[in-house]
Amino acid sequence: MDLKVEQKPEVNSKTKQMTMIQAINDGLKTMLELDEKTILLGEDIGKNGGVFRATEGLQEVFGEDRVVDTPLSESGIVGTSVGLAVNGFKPVAEMQFMGFIYPAYDQIMTHVSRLRMKTLGHYSAPMVIRAPYGAGIRAPEIHSDSAEALFTHMPGVKVVCPATPYDAKGLLIESIEDPDPVIFMEPMRSYRAKREDVPEGKYNVEIGKGNKVQEGTDITLIAWGAMVPVAEQAAKQAEEQGVSCEVIDLRTLYPLDRELIAESVQKTGRAVIVHEAHGTGGLGNDILSVINDTSFLYLRSPIERVTGFDVPVPFFSLEDHYLPTAKRVLESIYKSVNF
Amino acid sequence: MEEQFPIKKVMDDQGNLIDSSYEEKIDEELVRTMYYNMLRIRTFDRKAINLQRQGRIGTYPPFEGQEASQVGSALALKDGDWMFPTYRDHGATLTFGADMVRTFLYWNGRHEGVVPPKGKNIFPAAVPIATQIPHATGTAWAEKRKGTTNIALAYFGDGATSEGDFHEGLNFASVFQTPTVFFNQNNGYAISVPIEKQMNSKTIAQKALAYDMPSVRIDGNDCFSVYFEMEKAVNRAREGSGPTLIEAVTWRTGAHTTADDPTKYRPDGQGEEIVHPLDRLEMFMKNYGHWNEEWISETKEKIENEVEAAVEAMENSPKANPADLFDYVFEQNPEHLEEQKDQYLAQLKGD
Repeated sequence: MDLKVEQKPEVNSKTKQMTMIQAINDGLKTMLELDEKTILLGEDIGKNGGVFRATEGLQEVFGEDRVVDTPLSESGIVGTSVGLAVNGFKPVAEMQFMGFIYPAYDQIMTHVSRLRMKTLGHYSAPMVIRAPYGAGIRAPEIHSDSAEALFTHMPGVKVVCPATPYDAKGLLIESIEDPDPVIFMEPMRSYRAKREDVPEGKYNVEIGKGNKVQEGTDITLIAWGAMVPVAEQAAKQAEEQGVSCEVIDLRTLYPLDRELIAESVQKTGRAVIVHEAHGTGGLGNDILSVINDTSFLYLRSPIERVTGFDVPVPFFSLEDHYLPTAKRVLESIYKSVNF
Repeated sequence: MEEQFPIKKVMDDQGNLIDSSYEEKIDEELVRTMYYNMLRIRTFDRKAINLQRQGRIGTYPPFEGQEASQVGSALALKDGDWMFPTYRDHGATLTFGADMVRTFLYWNGRHEGVVPPKGKNIFPAAVPIATQIPHATGTAWAEKRKGTTNIALAYFGDGATSEGDFHEGLNFASVFQTPTVFFNQNNGYAISVPIEKQMNSKTIAQKALAYDMPSVRIDGNDCFSVYFEMEKAVNRAREGSGPTLIEAVTWRTGAHTTADDPTKYRPDGQGEEIVHPLDRLEMFMKNYGHWNEEWISETKEKIENEVEAAVEAMENSPKANPADLFDYVFEQNPEHLEEQKDQYLAQLKGD
């Protein structure tokens, strides 16, 4: 396999500088235009355009029937989306924050994820559940959870988490077109962190494929979402000390891009896994399993994990202590290369 | 609240019409359809209990006592409509057109059991409580968006009205005026918890007031009351006048499931005074000249043969296919899942 840093596909359209939130808005607009079965549901997403403005201006263009201000009712949103999905619509439901997805957990776990399997393919509930996640924006409590592991442990749903505006739009379009349910996690800390060129119109980024954002030879850093810039920052600092880091942005958390992880770790022989969610029961352990299954004999040191601590996500006065930082990642890099 | 929501009846416990205006509406065809379906599902239900006792199917939740509620409501639907049953509503699904062999298969732990016949919109029975209620709202919403006159019917019990999904589903239906009928079978108990411990509300029908939704309380053991009130609700939904909540007051004659012992929580003799819905219909038929011994015995024989044949077909079904464990998780499975499948199936072959 060619291990060059992924080249973005040529898109025959103009590009525009966008933040991630603008790219998400543009992705939703693109799919509302292209497929009349697409329907957006959520709290405050219509007139108000969403608390983060992800759906700004969409109700004006597409009407109240397609950009629906729902009651404040997460289980109701996902439950009615099941009914809409089995009857031909493509719901894109917004959970205002991932920390508020829990009332809908029952619907996702007991119906959304297993409807296809339990009916031997007769019914399915393809939908996208968008959820802004993560700490670092000084939000009130419960607003800052990273709950991906609850969903990667749930057979029948895919879990996607972009780190850049370009990937956010392309993965969102791919998720809406996917025949199966997708939990689409949006790092709210990255919503407005940077702008980049995003093509106008429709393009897809494949689900299940990670992206090598930086080539390196000594150690592999594996991250996603808001932890990608943290890993990049640590890589830059390590570089100054002569350690060459390869940085992988997983982009999809289920199914994992095992091939990309294996190829990179087999080359570097070392890895640091970085994630914002709690370590115990976290996705890092599954990535560790992938490395164990595919690359054990290539390892030159034990795999390091830098994760959120095994504590509830704290109030924001403590969130900077909770979150993995470049400094913590750097310590793990040194621990690994000096093993 | 009991005064505001009186229990509506068409006939009394002895099968006499309370409202004579119904005499014209209840023709021979309706009477026979009602009797045939109620007897058919009771025969199915009793057979299922026997099969479970003999270890030929798994745990089974009987619906005996609720035949009028299930048949009367299901008969008001037409093809194109949607049914969202619970695990105790196989009487309704069979009446609406579910396959009996597959229904037995479901209770024998087989996924094939939830696949409805082509053209029949029957959702798999909800096992978690009340979760099907928002589904029925969402599907009805889709029908409204498509501009059809199809409706969705959700079944649920008294205990389900304590769950959040009941309220979320009704509220969505009310806000978006979806063509949904919420059909509650108040059978007195949620496993062991009686209605008076389940809620301080005197009726379930009154819960619709909070959503400005029409509701009605009916005698769920009176098949005609169920059928005609259901018809009104269905017509209202088809006409675009929104959802209705129906509380059918009925009685679960038996246990919650074959794994349950109701003598632990039910006082001796409780419910014995309740006239079984099928007996009531029989009395009506005798009172109004619909009882025809020849037709009755032909019907009984036909049903018994059907049920026996279905059991035989269930037991002669090929074994569950281990590949089904893997093949429908995603439309296209991820690589690692295909690997799990290949390895496991290869291992099975080697055994």
